[in-house]
Amino acid sequence: MQVKNRLKPFFENITFEREDNTMVVNFGPQHPSAHGQLRLMLELQGEEVVKAHPDVGYLHRGIEKMGENMIYNEFLPTTDRMDYIASSSNNYGYALAVEKLIGIEAPRRAEVIRTMLLELNRIISHLFWLATHALDVGAMSIFLYAFREREFAMDLMEDYCGARLTHSAIRIGGVPLDLPKNWIADLEKFMDVLKSQIPIYEGLLTENRIWRMRLEDVGIIPVEMAKSWGVTGPALRGSGVKWDLRKEMPYGLYPELDFDIPVSDKCDSYGRYKCYMAEMTESMKILKQLIPMYEESDTQLMAHAPEYISCTKEEMMTQNYSLMQHFVLVTQGMRPPVGEVYVATESPKGELGFYIVSDGSPYPYKLKCRAPSFWHTGILQDLLPGHQLADVVTIIGNLNIVFGEIDR
Amino acid sequence: MRAYKPKDDVQKKSYYNDRFYITPTLKQDSIYNDSIFSEDVSSLKNVADVLDAHIQAEHLVVFINPEDNVKVITHLKEIRAYDFMMELTAVDYIATRGGFEVVYEMLSTSKRKRLRVKTFIKEGQAIETVESIFRMANWSEREMYDMYGVIVNNHSYLKRILMPDDWHGHPLLKTYPLEGDEAASWYEVDRIFGKEARDIVGPELRDGACVDRYDTERFARLGHEVPKGTKISEGNEPDTPIRYQEEGGVKLFGATLVTPFDKIEKVQLKERK
Repeated sequence: MQVKNRLKPFFENITFEREDNTMVVNFGPQHPSAHGQLRLMLELQGEEVVKAHPDVGYLHRGIEKMGENMIYNEFLPTTDRMDYIASSSNNYGYALAVEKLIGIEAPRRAEVIRTMLLELNRIISHLFWLATHALDVGAMSIFLYAFREREFAMDLMEDYCGARLTHSAIRIGGVPLDLPKNWIADLEKFMDVLKSQIPIYEGLLTENRIWRMRLEDVGIIPVEMAKSWGVTGPALRGSGVKWDLRKEMPYGLYPELDFDIPVSDKCDSYGRYKCYMAEMTESMKILKQLIPMYEESDTQLMAHAPEYISCTKEEMMTQNYSLMQHFVLVTQGMRPPVGEVYVATESPKGELGFYIVSDGSPYPYKLKCRAPSFWHTGILQDLLPGHQLADVVTIIGNLNIVFGEIDR
Repeated sequence: MRAYKPKDDVQKKSYYNDRFYITPTLKQDSIYNDSIFSEDVSSLKNVADVLDAHIQAEHLVVFINPEDNVKVITHLKEIRAYDFMMELTAVDYIATRGGFEVVYEMLSTSKRKRLRVKTFIKEGQAIETVESIFRMANWSEREMYDMYGVIVNNHSYLKRILMPDDWHGHPLLKTYPLEGDEAASWYEVDRIFGKEARDIVGPELRDGACVDRYDTERFARLGHEVPKGTKISEGNEPDTPIRYQEEGGVKLFGATLVTPFDKIEKVQLKERK
């Protein structure tokens, strides 16, 4: 029995035996497989989990509170810090929600560039998922391979916006910059590389005996459970529900694009792995279709809405009134109409929604981010009991939870 | 005289408001513009009072009484095929209306429609849990309690989720101070070392950009490196020339791997690049 004191709170660093012969293990928050800051209290009977209690909040930075005290444009770089593996998807979700509130649409070229960034970011996120998940399960080489290709993709991101993780490359009303020279050619080169690499990843894993034994029939999420817990994204599609917002409730350019939604009805970790792998190929398919769209589009990058969006640099430098308007928008911020919107987009992890209540002032009255990982962590308390301790790592890794967006 | 600032809403406010500016309102449509939504509302009217219903930003917004929330959400899930609850949260209207709006955001995958159920509760009034209908409400209601202090009746485990268990106050309330929260600033010190250690530890340095050039515990200066903790004062800074190992070249098994810096052939440019 531990002695409880101020420096050693009761539940820290413990392994102790209880009278009913179950053992409580504190998994995290510093465990390398806890994917950030997950503290998972597990009650074990032998090696079997009897009860699981996820404890989150170790990365809580009050992003929603910050959002309520920032003007709309100011908050956008903060959204990067939610799902930091796929920050473009956060930027896009937020920008789309504000655009819906103020009733504007991004110009065509901006929308093409945004979709390119989103899909490239989806590949980055999935590669990261694959690398870390495989590493958790014990496959070291796949980690190195996947990170190598992810590095190329991040170089492309860096070429476009200068940042590798926190992009802020999507703004309210469009994108700030056009694609740099040779970016499209580089993208094609990257896709050729990735196309040749994906079969190698699959060759290493798909039929691998150990991989299959670790993943098959582990972490089975029945459809009812998934719906009840609000599970979305590849985790839901891995449970046999063909639901992808890009297809079912499309936004942006997605209605014009031709792609498939991979589904698996196995409901287990292996099925979800199959979905993730197929989604990377689908994202490449989308990127290929976007290249001619980019070349055909007009050069305008930001929407023209002088009340809400700053004018172009050229106008600012030549026209007095535009400069004044820009000054007001930067110092006071835009004042969107009174009303509320909930806009959901399909981020690499699932449905990312932004609920914004505006009272007409430059600060949102209420801003709530519906982060998919939050419920992917919550489901652990129903999912883990009955599994072996070794499967816990597989399930956590497989659900692709990122603590930036859980704790916000 | 100092300008009056309301105490019930201490959030950031715009410093300038144009007297003649009238803020537009986001368009609200009648529910009869959409056949699915009007059916939903008429079906809902059979089980509970619908105080108001309109369509805004492609969402059906339904206002109900707080007592009816379980009935309404069960009905929407079982009968009207709204199979997902996407979000559950509260909005703080204490300053203006003396209570909270609780928001249930729902999605129907078969109808491809989204719906928002809203209900108003007074400050201190509790609301019934919907955890038995949607398990995700288990965590959402905990978050709502944590952030707003809204009590949820019959919840299986109503504890704070993001903030520490012994935290004081509910951070998303409009009355929660943005800075100067005494309890929050000493939270970690009190928790780990006890209140009596406040004087020893001292207040936290919150300015991340602050660099103290005489603090050799935490900062080092290039070209002026000293052992950690050395006490130096102004005018008394030792100058340490930077020496890298590679300066004399790196040799391995007799071969020179890195040429010494002064042996590298230098090219003098004739004109500016």
